[in-house]
Amino acid sequence: MTAPSDRSGTEDVLLRLEDVVKHFPVRSSALIRGSREVVHAVDGVDLEVRRGETIGLVGETGCGKSTLARCIARLHDVTSGRITFDGHDITTLSARRMRPYRREIQMIFQDPYGSLNPRRRVGSIIGDPFAIHKIAKGEDRKRRVQHLMELVGLNPEHYNRFPAEFSGGQRQRIGVARALAFRPKLVICDEPVSALDVSIQAQILNLLADLQSELGLTYIFIAHDLSVVRHVSNSVAVMYLGKVVEQAPVDQLWAHPRHPYTDALLSAVPIPDVERANRRDRIILVGDVPSPINPPAGCRFHPRCPKAQQACVDEVPDLSSRVGNDPGHLAACHFPVQDGEDISKFTSALGSDQRVVETGLMSGS
Amino acid sequence: MALLDVQNLHVSFRTADGMVQAVRGVSFKIERSRTLGIVGESGSGKSVCVQTVMGLTQNARVSGQAMFEGRDLLAMRPEQLQSIRGAKIGMIFQDPLSSLHPFYRVGWQIVEMIRLHDPMSKNQARHRAVELLTLVGIPQADRRVDDFPHQFSGGMRQRAMIAMAMALNPALLIADEPTTALDVTVQAQVLEVLSRLQREFGTAIILITHDLGVIADVADDVIVMYAGTVVEQADLTTIFTEHHHPYTEGLLQSLPAYGGDRQRLQSIPGQPPSPISVPPGCPFHPRCSYVMGRCRTEVPPLAFVDNLGHLSACWLNRDSAVRNSLRRKVTEPGLRDTGEAART
Repeated sequence: MTAPSDRSGTEDVLLRLEDVVKHFPVRSSALIRGSREVVHAVDGVDLEVRRGETIGLVGETGCGKSTLARCIARLHDVTSGRITFDGHDITTLSARRMRPYRREIQMIFQDPYGSLNPRRRVGSIIGDPFAIHKIAKGEDRKRRVQHLMELVGLNPEHYNRFPAEFSGGQRQRIGVARALAFRPKLVICDEPVSALDVSIQAQILNLLADLQSELGLTYIFIAHDLSVVRHVSNSVAVMYLGKVVEQAPVDQLWAHPRHPYTDALLSAVPIPDVERANRRDRIILVGDVPSPINPPAGCRFHPRCPKAQQACVDEVPDLSSRVGNDPGHLAACHFPVQDGEDISKFTSALGSDQRVVETGLMSGS
Repeated sequence: MALLDVQNLHVSFRTADGMVQAVRGVSFKIERSRTLGIVGESGSGKSVCVQTVMGLTQNARVSGQAMFEGRDLLAMRPEQLQSIRGAKIGMIFQDPLSSLHPFYRVGWQIVEMIRLHDPMSKNQARHRAVELLTLVGIPQADRRVDDFPHQFSGGMRQRAMIAMAMALNPALLIADEPTTALDVTVQAQVLEVLSRLQREFGTAIILITHDLGVIADVADDVIVMYAGTVVEQADLTTIFTEHHHPYTEGLLQSLPAYGGDRQRLQSIPGQPPSPISVPPGCPFHPRCSYVMGRCRTEVPPLAFVDNLGHLSACWLNRDSAVRNSLRRKVTEPGLRDTGEAART
């Protein structure tokens, strides 16, 4: 193992996840039998994040992307698997031994209203990391905090104000400043702009990009807005029901989605451009995401997948290079989407008991 | 005659901090079978507008006119409005979980709503409820009709709300951020249901959203609101390709481009004004990159730009050369977004 300061190159891996699993026990309705059910929130995720890059995590509500982020920051203990950060296995470190790494892995949260204590002054909120890690006191701390405020575009004179005196965008800047206190290596942004209006959203996205180039930050960027993810990320991992179903460099993923779920997801994004909106075909999936308590066997997407075959029920597809042998483009699908293929023209080969059946209005497209 | 014709609507609320002028002189019309999109950021007054028309704002000072099928909704007594609300004008809100009562079965809630306006037997109403749920794509509707709202997923709840809103075949459907709480694939399903219903029944739809992508998908005409006023109004293509108002331009530019290269986003500096102290002149002038002298003092009227139907509230000339010569960087202390130099 290498010391945290020992690094080389820009292509090296900062964070590696190997078969990370996180299950949450739930109270079972079948108490009599004494069986315990679990929510398969994250179910075997492998992921590599290279230094200085931004990796986007996308997926719908309940796909496990936030849980995964919290596992990386060790806000949750993983059920199994291994997390290696900067050459160190941090999977099971005690709280005390984890502390030096906490400085290097920081999070920015979605809700700039809920993540700041309304009764504390901004200076003291941003100064918290210094207090917790017992670094810099008094005037020195104030100076450092004001420097951070300036860094994220806040007026340092507003040191003594309360969060309520700031707008949503400014509050998100406070959250960013707090995360940057110790010049972290990895910043996990969990829906950092979802609560903001579009004009403000652009301000924060630009800020995050500036900070990345200035401070050499590595981002894990979680958002449900795919056009935002496309804008900020170098590569993207698509999650569905606790698993990564596809991973590729961002342009590659948008140009040639291989997993039918990715294809449907991307086609569902409303495009703010009238000419494009009229031109493209939309793939509308039937049904809803199944419960993560009892996920479908085989490929988890098979009940909703237009390309599903019997193999998809029998066998879990692994995440590997599927089309054209591109080692950077991985998909977990037995029947990946080929170039120019329109998956809305396919019909599942499975029986009606194995797939979601279309009804009423939803049958048209 | 337009189905709904709102003229010069003003709404203000008295609060501890002062008068909140939520809506300041808004006019719009909608015809049958058309979809009117209202875009704007938080606090632009877009929701208050339609809620007032429906008589759902309390303790507000309201003036103006809202003619619906020849009668002024704003002048109606509450019980008259009650007979129109739900029956002739349906509504869907953002959060389907809080608009459905958690203690009552979904079907019961639809039945209750139908029987309130239409005297039919419980059995008939229940039949109708199953029919409606099937119509909006709820699988096995005859069984799911007896589910409680928590047994429905978010998308199904929103579809149940649509079923309820469409129960009496209203002439107008008001959808206030109907897909904001939903995932994109579910959003696509819900938007599909809405446009299908519109094709089938000729319903007029007012769609309020902050998502310009949704607007591009479903709207025929668009109103852009800022600080309680309409700043631009046109048909869909004009708004996206030949918009005139700098705020519309700013909104579109601050979105990450879908197809283009990933350059730096053009954000609008600053933030929307407080509805308690709206700036004098054009409300957008402190954030506008084309600001001129008269913008600071004179309120620009909503006037025709070039063709009939394209309205913009801006003093700017139509000529793009004149326009570009005016353009400059608006700098604001403390917002490094707008400053060019990055710190080292």
